Amino acid sequence: MKQKLTIAVASGKGGTGKTTVSASLACAAADTGHKTAYMDCDVEEPNGHLFLKPTINYRHMVGIPVPVVDQDKCTACGLCGEICQFSAIVCVNKNVLTFDKMCHGCGGCSLVCPTEAITEHSRNFGVVETGDCGNNLKFCHGKLDVGEIHSPPLIEAVRETAQGEDLSIVDASPGTSCPVVAAIKGVDYVLLVTEPTPFGVNDLEIAVDMVKELGIPHGVVINRSVPEHTLARDFCRDNNIKILVEIPDDRRVAEAYSKGELPYKGVEGYRELFKELIDTIIEEAGR
Amino acid sequence: MKIAITSVGQDLESKIDARFGRAKWFIVIDTETNQHQVISNEHNLNISQGAGIQTAENISRHNVEAVITGNCGPKAFTTLNSAGIKVYSAVDGTVAEVLEKFKNGKLKQAGGANVEGHWA
Repeated sequence: MKQKLTIAVASGKGGTGKTTVSASLACAAADTGHKTAYMDCDVEEPNGHLFLKPTINYRHMVGIPVPVVDQDKCTACGLCGEICQFSAIVCVNKNVLTFDKMCHGCGGCSLVCPTEAITEHSRNFGVVETGDCGNNLKFCHGKLDVGEIHSPPLIEAVRETAQGEDLSIVDASPGTSCPVVAAIKGVDYVLLVTEPTPFGVNDLEIAVDMVKELGIPHGVVINRSVPEHTLARDFCRDNNIKILVEIPDDRRVAEAYSKGELPYKGVEGYRELFKELIDTIIEEAGR
Repeated sequence: MKIAITSVGQDLESKIDARFGRAKWFIVIDTETNQHQVISNEHNLNISQGAGIQTAENISRHNVEAVITGNCGPKAFTTLNSAGIKVYSAVDGTVAEVLEKFKNGKLKQAGGANVEGHWA
């Protein structure tokens, strides 16, 4: 492998096996000699740590800049409220009100203020934790504070903590909205995990549209695959999307999962499957 | 005095709109002359967040002294309060009925939001 690679694991539908696949891939990559980072960007419900069991050795708070208004300097011109797209600052009856949790931290209000009455203060809304899973595997995840609504800045903070490992595996949140885009933007390859159900394939279709829009090379993993359920297979064939592997519907995987064990470590036959998968991805991403 | 009532339609026989921030119309009425004016709030119906705040700001531009509506959340209430506008919430009926109740002093001024906020 010549260059450093960042691979994101995403899916339209929730519960298709993103974390199982991404954490197993991270272990497989580390075991085959790649210096690897697993980055859990599902900051609303990170769960990769349950399977990788890292030792956390560093923790830092993440904040976004929110406006603070000096009422003495403010002339109540209202320009701050006009530029804000999120109603985080509003001028009524010669008063300027701010709503911190609505703020996306763009800084527009302080830029347009003609009297420099607005300064920006950091408001913490989550934490990034980094650690070690032994061998070649580093661990990082973000945890959004309860009640917070904007996760993208925290996801970006998780992505920024990559410390020059050869391979970074990003575990994205489900869906196709802003948090997912923040997690997969600029990665080298997206692995879309689906299940062969109508729900899984419907949401896979939306996820494929998203990665195409972002122009990222991608392939599909069909998880809980059953030979006679051909929906996902047919969709990929009709749309010229490569299926990298089909992971069979296997009760042993579910039993391992229920004990917090990855199939890669706990179920016979899967070590080889994921080692082959990481090789395939590296080859595909290098094209 | 001028008051604003959230309305699902554009006349006095319309039902009051239970939602403040995403009410389609506001009927602004002069309680002395009974003259009324219809204000559109349509541009706030589809914004992703802050509809209550934006609607409160929209209303504050019409120099009303009170707002009558169904449900008013915390951020909308704070904004209306800051604009010096009294809030009468948890009200039901047609605009005309509500106006009559208001004139007869049968509505109780709200001391705060009567529903929880969305999002944050």
